[in-house]
Parts: sequence; structure tokens; C-alpha cells
Amino acid sequence: MAKNISFTVRYWKQNGPKDQGHFEEKHMQNIPDDTSFLEMLDIMNEELINEGKEPFVFDHDCREGICGMCSLYINGTPHGKTAAGATTCQLYIRRFHEGDVITVEPWRSAAFPVIKDCMVDRSAFDKIMAAGGYTTIRTGQAQDANAILIPKEDADEAMDCATCIGCGACVAACKNGSAMLFVSSKVSQFALLPQGRVEAARRVKNMVAKMDELGFGNCTNTRACEAVCPKNESIANIARLNREFLKAKLAD
Amino acid sequence: MWLTNSSIGRKVIMSVTGVSLILFLTFHACMNIVAIFDVFGKTGGEHYNWVCEMLGTNWYALVGTAALAVLVVLHFVYALILTLQNKKARGSNKYAVTDRPAKVEWESQNMFVIGLIVVLGLCLHLFNFWWNMMAAELMGAPAIEATDGYRYMCETFGNPVFLIIYLVWFAALWFHLNHGMWSAMQTLGWNGKTWFCRWKCIGQIYTTIIILMFVAVALVFNFCA
Ligand code: HEM
Ligand code: SF4
Ligand code: FES
Repeated sequence: MAKNISFTVRYWKQNGPKDQGHFEEKHMQNIPDDTSFLEMLDIMNEELINEGKEPFVFDHDCREGICGMCSLYINGTPHGKTAAGATTCQLYIRRFHEGDVITVEPWRSAAFPVIKDCMVDRSAFDKIMAAGGYTTIRTGQAQDANAILIPKEDADEAMDCATCIGCGACVAACKNGSAMLFVSSKVSQFALLPQGRVEAARRVKNMVAKMDELGFGNCTNTRACEAVCPKNESIANIARLNREFLKAKLAD
Repeated sequence: MWLTNSSIGRKVIMSVTGVSLILFLTFHACMNIVAIFDVFGKTGGEHYNWVCEMLGTNWYALVGTAALAVLVVLHFVYALILTLQNKKARGSNKYAVTDRPAKVEWESQNMFVIGLIVVLGLCLHLFNFWWNMMAAELMGAPAIEATDGYRYMCETFGNPVFLIIYLVWFAALWFHLNHGMWSAMQTLGWNGKTWFCRWKCIGQIYTTIIILMFVAVALVFNFCA
């Protein structure tokens, strides 16, 4: 049986990247604890609209933890605190208590300017992907699935890296504003497979160069990223990225 | 040049200079231990001063000193550059609420501040043992023979104020290296899921041994010499 709780949401309002921004508060009454965090915000917006106020803007799409669009910094943790890591859309009100004040902020990083309220522009990640996060394959008949044999462990590891959904929580959590966990996961998902090895050196150089150009910070191995990643990406990926990058540069 | 104009390259400069400095500290700690034997053997510093004399009269010790200075300056300058770039990347808007996850080490987020304490300690140390010893010798009239490093240690650590400052300095260095050691291996790409725990453990034990060697010398000279 769901239990109902009441609490206060303290949410960030900001009109575009240049605006100062400020907090506003809304008391939420009798919310069932099996409501998801985003459903709760839908209820809040409904009430705000009925009161004639401007609704709170936030990003979301799939609401099932796979698209990486949801992005709220809740009570000091990207995506809110959960036991094993989850996206904001998979966070439930049962994680909170009666009378709580829940502070909701946007990802704060120079490379992710605020569009409005808690919706930020993460197209920097798309630019990094466009710089090398692909394999160049001629179209045509797909080859036999087992023509290239891949050890199970490698396939599993590559799949784990590929589960990074590009949400940006790692950047939001990092005091250096570094995107290394994201970039390393994306480099790794190709570097671990024979199909990706062909362009590995070019890929890692281009993606790191793009990451630096877009103003992300230098990693100092604080591990805040892996602590908040909803997909549990590991900093072992960052070591692999460093290795791939050094190998590529030393070979030049 | 990728070493200076890529983020990973700049980190490589930090790690290579950092690891070289650790190697130097290892040598320095071993050298100090000789002085402990002098204290307990009541030799009046015979053995330690032999080491000082050997280092003081060799050209390669001078080259070593110059190389060390370059390492420290590079490490410091890049620490400054990285820290400033990272502040800029973070942006001017600060979070109202932050919650540090349990597995994030405090020192890993404060390496620059800890490093500043290390630099200040280093300045004092250079004043105590380099300016008063070497430079005084070069300029003519040292208060104590430059090769009598043992006497310098007695004078410095006999003073409780210096003793406490040095202990704080060692503590800062312990925190710095506790994170720095595995971080350097991570930066150089020599890490992974299995090696992570190993490097962390090796780093912690190694750092603790080195720092305890320094602490032991300071305490022994304060209480026994
Ligand atoms: C005897 C003196 C020192 C030693 C042995 C030492 C050693 C190290 C090592 C091994 C690292 C890790 C490199 C890496 O992560 O790749 C490091 C990082 C760092 N050091 Fe030092 N360091 C010393 C002094 C200083 C000083 C004086 C400062 C400046 C204020 C400083 C600031 C930093 C910073 C900001 C980092 C980056 C943190 C990181 O990347 O993890 N260090 N140091
Ligand atoms: S590494 Fe994790 S936190 Fe970073 S973008 Fe990918 S899924 Fe999000
Ligand atoms: S809305 Fe798609 S991951 Fe949360």
C-alpha cells in the first residue's frame, strides 16, 4: 500500500543562460510514495498552472531510464540519491520523508548552459560524439554475425560501456566540470571491439580534442562521476581512455 | 604539443613530475634514517655528516638539485593551470546543496590547497636547511659548518615550534600522496578494475612508510638528540 507524504519542493527558476536565477518553493500535499519524481513534478506544474503561475521547466523523454534526457540535481546529488544508481525518472517519492525540503537544481557546468529553469543545453555531448563516436562502415549486405569472433568478456565489457546514456550527471557532479567518464565510456565501447579498433587512434584523439575545445575541465580522479552515474560506468574506462590516448599520441 | 595543449597531456605532466618527486622523497627519507642511527649510536653525527659531505662535494648532487627545482616548478605551475581551468569549466553558478558521495576522498578534491601547504613547508625547509647551510657556505661565513647537517637537524627539531610546523607539513604531504599515487597511475593509464584496489593499497602503504620515516627523524631529534 502506498503511503502519502507531504513536503516542500525548492526549485530553480532561471530565464536563459544570462539570467541570475533564483529558487521558488511549492508545498506538495499528500503525494503517494509510489509516484515517480517526474510525475510529482507534473502534479506540481498542474497546480502551478491552476494558480496562474508559470510552470517549472525540466527535461525528460522516455521516463524509463534509457534516453538520458532527465537531469535534475536533487538534494546535492545528480539524479537524486539511490542505492544502486538510477536516473531522475526512476527516482520515487518513497526515497523522501514527511516534511522534507527537496532542493532541485540544474546541472551546473560552464559547458552546459541553462536554457530555462532546470533544462540545460547538453549538445556539447553530441558534438563530442560527432567528432568520433562511430565506426565508418560501408553500407551493403551485413556480414555473417560470427565472421568476427569476440570473447564474451570483451563483448560484455563493451556493452556495459555502451549503456552510458549521455545524461551528463558525471559532469554535473565533478568539481572540475570534466566529461571524462562520458568520453571514456564512449571511447571504450568501440575500443574493446575489433570493429572499433580500426579507427581507434583517430577516434580517441578527435573526441578528446573536441572535449577540450568545448571547455570541459581536466580530470583529477576524484571519482565523484562514477559515484553518481545512473549506469554505473567505472573510472576503469577513464584509465582505458588515457591509455588509448597516450598510445595514439606516442605512435604519431 | 599534446603534452601541453590537451587535458590528458597536462595530467601526464602532473603525474610524471609527481612520481619523480616521490622517488626523490624516498631517497631523502632513506638518507635521514642514517641520522637516527647516529643519535642512538651517540656518534655525534659521524655517519650522517659523511652523507652530507659526499653529496655536497659532488657535481651530480648539484645537477640533481637543479632537476628537482625544475620538477617542483613544473608540478606547481601545472597544478595552478589545471586548477584555474577547472574552476572555469565548473562555471560561476554554485550549487546551493552538495552531498559528497562516500567513496570520494576528501583529499582528491583539495589537492591544490594541500599542495599549497606543501609548498609553504618546502619554503621553510629550504630556509632552514638550504639557505642557512649551502648558501651561507657559498657566501663565506656559515654559523655552523655546512657539512655538519647533523647539527642543523639538532638545532631545528630541538625547537618545538619548528617540530610542530614540520609535523603539519608531513601530514599535508601524506594526504597529497595518498591520493596522488594511485591518481598518477590512473592518469598514465596503468589502472583498471583489478589494479584500482592494488594501487590504492600500495599507494597508502608506501606513503605511510615514507611519511613515518620523516616523522620518526623529527621526533627522535626532538626528544633524544
Ligand atoms: C614533494 C612534493 C609533491 C609530490 C611528491 C607530489 C606528488 C603528486 C602526485 C603523484 C600527483 C598525482 C598526479 C596525477 O594525478 O596524475 C600529484 C597531483 C597534484 N599535485 Fe602534487 N606533489 C607535490 C607537491 C605539490 C605542490 C607543491 C602542489 C601545488 C600547490 C601540488 C598540487 C597538485 C595538484 C593540484 C595535483 C592534481 C591532482 C590530481 O590530478 O589528482 N603538488 N602530486
Ligand atoms: S557516464 Fe554515466 S553519468 Fe556520465 S553521461 Fe554516461 S550515463 Fe550519464
Ligand atoms: S527520461 Fe529518459 S532516462 Fe530519464
